[in-house]
Amino acid sequence: MKVLVAVKRVIDYNVKIRVKADHSDVDLTNVKMAMNPFCEIAVEEAVRLKEKGVATEVIAVSVGPKAAQEQLRTALALGADRAIHIETDERAESLAVAKLLAKVVEEEQPGLVVLGKQAIDTDNNQTGQMLAALTGLPQGTFASEVAVDGDKVNVTREIDGGLQTIALTLPAIVTTDLRLNEPRYAKLPDIMKAKKKPLDVKTPADYGVEVASKVSLLKVESPAERKGGVKVASVDELIDKLKNEAKVL
Amino acid sequence: MSILVLADLHEGQLAGATAHVVAAAQAIGGDIDVLVAGDGVQAAAEAAAKLDGVSKVRVADNTVYAHQLAEPIGALLVELADGYTHVLASASTTGKNVLPRLAALKDVSQLSDVLGVESADTFLRPIYAGNAIATVKSDDTLKVITIRTTGFDAVGSSGSATIEAVDVVVENSQSSFVKEELAKSDRPELGGAKVVISGGRGMGNGDNFKLLDGIADKLGAAIGASRAAVDAGFVPNDMQVGQTGKIVAPDLYIAVGISGAIQHLAGMKDSKVIVAINKDDEAPIFQVADYGLVGDLFEILPELESKL
Ligand SMILES: Cc1cc2nc3c(=O)[nH]c(=O)nc-3n(C[C@H](O)[C@H](O)[C@H](O)COP(=O)(O)OP(=O)(O)OC[C@H]3O[C@@H](n4cnc5c(N)ncnc54)[C@H](O)[C@@H]3O)c2cc1C
Ligand SMILES: Nc1ncnc2c1ncn2[C@@H]1O[C@H](COP(=O)(O)O)[C@@H](O)[C@H]1O
Repeated sequence: MKVLVAVKRVIDYNVKIRVKADHSDVDLTNVKMAMNPFCEIAVEEAVRLKEKGVATEVIAVSVGPKAAQEQLRTALALGADRAIHIETDERAESLAVAKLLAKVVEEEQPGLVVLGKQAIDTDNNQTGQMLAALTGLPQGTFASEVAVDGDKVNVTREIDGGLQTIALTLPAIVTTDLRLNEPRYAKLPDIMKAKKKPLDVKTPADYGVEVASKVSLLKVESPAERKGGVKVASVDELIDKLKNEAKVL
Repeated sequence: MSILVLADLHEGQLAGATAHVVAAAQAIGGDIDVLVAGDGVQAAAEAAAKLDGVSKVRVADNTVYAHQLAEPIGALLVELADGYTHVLASASTTGKNVLPRLAALKDVSQLSDVLGVESADTFLRPIYAGNAIATVKSDDTLKVITIRTTGFDAVGSSGSATIEAVDVVVENSQSSFVKEELAKSDRPELGGAKVVISGGRGMGNGDNFKLLDGIADKLGAAIGASRAAVDAGFVPNDMQVGQTGKIVAPDLYIAVGISGAIQHLAGMKDSKVIVAINKDDEAPIFQVADYGLVGDLFEILPELESKL
């Protein structure tokens, strides 16, 4: 079966963001960008499925500006076989991305679609669930274990109370949590090879999908800064401060 | 305005989060109904009916809704959403799992993790791990929203809403429940605890987390952890605090052997008072801590326990 993975280009997780002076958005000029960490985990899972002989082909898809091709090349270097770039300079929200991915699912008929559980820029945590609803396929979100077994897949999910395992019929949609796997690094020869792998460029119009959303961003602000407090010299001083100054004990 | 709140359940009982979501609904204003969906949820429905501000509790009690699997609960919400202007759920793993399905099938956006209400169509939500707060306006006819419970004080429970059975039963042949491994603990729930004490990689191993037990007992605290501590297998995943774990905002948060990565801070920096215990006096956690104690946690924790 084919496995489709969705990868998003986002700010590198180590970067501390700044809000623009006019509060219109965060400032992304000259900021280091990378593949969303949860998408790295998604690519890794798909590649492992191929290495185990469960997947026959791994296809990476990204929606975004031209530069998103960098992240697709990374996916190819990590072991994806080909890539689809749906190019748009508009801010593509989760719903629009899910609609586009649903079209790709219709075209490619994958047995499994793997997405990250959340993009670390918008922190939405929606796209996989939306894709499942739009395609009518079952979903296993926040996965820490994925076990394909014939025409079923067992997904262990990280839920608030602990772990939950569910069985889904295939094809299915899975979103990755942090502990699903530890992504590998791309090796130089693979990065070279990735340059020759096929990468199709499409537009939302090719799929008849409208990217604009009815949600508008009015302003972006920095959260109230916490001022660092004081260092205490001993446990006794700490307890005293907590009792008499902070009054939380 | 007319608002439907999807109740959160914990082992069949009404979870504390729901009272916060009802508070968010009150901030929006309008009639508030609560949907309790599950298998054997009469007690939860009765608890929901007591929440202040609720006019009606709708109960879908059927085996197909057991364990709140996404496909049937999503389908139920689609059936019931007509007539409402807003559908709300907490940003719990259940709310996050189910609500985007409703949004997609109604062809509307979802606003995730809303922590402030400006008006019936304008909301505040954190982005970039809480390092920026966005004000967003939705022109969708139906607003689908998950609520960050720490943003809203829980409503009281002196109400008496009517309870009405919902007889919508949906089919589900695509997903089935296999098993659950739920952490058992006598401690307060992380999300609602007044005091939280969390351990990080500095704890060294899972056994050493016992050093936090005595202190947690004395303070009535919940115990949390950093991702590094969870990844290393010291403690289970449900204890992770942070951008991609639980969001907490207790009166007192004590971080032990935690460096203070952005992703961890995202989950706890709205705590009222933060204490950091770390042997590295330059650890970033000290930049957000009200009280920092530099030193070896293996010496500090036993002393702290004995002196509390
Ligand atoms: C996509 C993504 C999502 C993430 N989500 C989360 C999340 O939700 N929550 C989260 O916590 N992290 C998250 N992380 C991970 C985060 O970036 C950090 O790696 C993690 O928080 C580090 O955990 P730590 O502070 O326990 O470990 P470290 O950074 O290794 O810090 C250990 C600390 O312990 C101190 N220490 C060691 N020994 C002692 C001692 N004997 N006494 C006192 N102090 C001692 C050290 O000085 C050090 O400061 C995420 C990362 C990514 C990429
Ligand atoms: N622009 C995009 N292109 C490709 N995949 C995306 C895009 N946006 C979101 N996704 C996928 O959906 C996951 C969850 O994103 P979100 O729901 O937006 O938080 C990501 O980890 C990706 O796998």
